[in-house]
Amino acid sequence: MSHLQGLRCRECGHGTDLAAVHVCEHCFGPLEVAYDYEALAAAVSRERIAAGPASLWRYAPFLPVLAGPHPPARVDLGAGFTPLVPAPRLGAALGLDDLWLKNDTMNPSYSFKDRVVSVALSVARQLGFTTAACASTGNLANSVAAHAAAAGMDAYVFVPADLEEAKIVASGVYGPKVVAIKGTYDDVNRLCAEVAGEYGWAFVNVNVRPYYAEGSKTIGFEIAEQLGWRLPDHVVAPMASGAMLVKIDKAFSELVQTGLVAQQPWRISGAQASGCAPIAAAFKDGSGDVRPVRPDTVAKSLAIGNPADGYYALDAVRRTGGWMEDVADHEILAGMRLLASTEGVFAETAGGVTVACLQRAVQAGLVERGERTVAVISGNGLKTVEALAGELGPTYTITGRLDEFEQALASEE
Amino acid sequence: MSATVRIPTPLRSATQGASTVEVEGATVGEVLKNLDAAYPGIGERLLDDQGQIRRFVNIFVDEEDVRFASGLDTRVPEGATVSIIPAVAGG
Ligand SMILES: Cc1ncc(COP(=O)(O)O)c(C=O)c1O
Ligand SMILES: [Zn+2]
Repeated sequence: MSHLQGLRCRECGHGTDLAAVHVCEHCFGPLEVAYDYEALAAAVSRERIAAGPASLWRYAPFLPVLAGPHPPARVDLGAGFTPLVPAPRLGAALGLDDLWLKNDTMNPSYSFKDRVVSVALSVARQLGFTTAACASTGNLANSVAAHAAAAGMDAYVFVPADLEEAKIVASGVYGPKVVAIKGTYDDVNRLCAEVAGEYGWAFVNVNVRPYYAEGSKTIGFEIAEQLGWRLPDHVVAPMASGAMLVKIDKAFSELVQTGLVAQQPWRISGAQASGCAPIAAAFKDGSGDVRPVRPDTVAKSLAIGNPADGYYALDAVRRTGGWMEDVADHEILAGMRLLASTEGVFAETAGGVTVACLQRAVQAGLVERGERTVAVISGNGLKTVEALAGELGPTYTITGRLDEFEQALASEE
Repeated sequence: MSATVRIPTPLRSATQGASTVEVEGATVGEVLKNLDAAYPGIGERLLDDQGQIRRFVNIFVDEEDVRFASGLDTRVPEGATVSIIPAVAGG
């Protein structure tokens, strides 16, 4: 499309053509998609977006849509345009008057990763790839497997061997090759960086990463549109690599730049698990130095010890006046239960991290009661049931006799 | 002392397409210096103006990320493999 200018290095600004590359050949920095914002601003309007599909593709002009040898058929399972719902009961529990949830558990493979994958594989097809692949902490593997199946692509998904059972099954069912690595996600990552150099596959978060990353902007676009084309005061997002948080911030900038929303200050804040908090640690110690860690947390989807977008996440949070927090495993589980029992939303461990970090931040006086705050709930709780299985058995186990039931109820008093 | 250096795709233009090269050096810093001498220009892509490893470059000696060891001073045993790996987005 005409408003794509190519790829540009985030570190040194060097430009490159649109292709399956992710690293600047000059300085090894990450490449990012560059747009002509004047052309983009002329092409978009609130009305045109509202008339688009009820999916992330309503924001197609803001996404890298490539012309290519293939018919411009998107790889699209309907990801995005998920509900933005007010959360008054959770808000009351936390001490917030204007809290909202962006419910990204409601995606085709039940996490926000469907956004990035739909964009990445649509580009991959136009670049002529027939095999999709990824390095994943679980959710991305589920999503790549699902989208590749629907697109008729072969798929190889690489994951740590110790993942939750549901995340393995919910990849395997779509028919990819699931490669389980005895090690951490960072070991998976390292292998995939090398495999991507040797095989002609579209690794969504390696060689087609610049396109992949753009998909997460749609969370920010949707939040603003669903608030009636207004930016929220504050967004709280979970961080693994930090890419999603960075792109939500970028989305708000783009909406202002193209005149779709009025300029107003926003804050963006990041949530991590204490067992893997390299970005939050760099924020708190003020060093700005993101030091890799060896992850050990119940929030396996967020267990990236060497976060590729950590520096940019720090920049975004500092620039907007946000905060970063991290929480222990027991707080994560309590956060999952609090969210479900107040708002009826069952999130995976990453959602528990977001809610528990928000709670911490409110207690520390870092969030104003009246601030319009949106918590990004990025994955479905049925993917990580084992995290809670130990503490959530049946309340009563009885035979089917009324007197036993009555006894059980009476025992409560 | 000689090490095998694994060259990632984005750097292979500097090594005439070679995916591994043999370089002398007892520490990561020495290996990178000798790599740059053999393939001029590769050093500045991996090290910043202060001579430190750029923040988006990951270097491993065999299985160990050198940031968990001693950075550029990390020892490179005879016959070790030094891998240069770009950072990867999240998962
Ligand atoms: C459910 C969930 N939430 C959040 C994240 C964090 O995403 P990012 O790596 O973009 O920070 C992930 C990443 O794997 C995830 O699976
Ligand atoms: Zn660069």
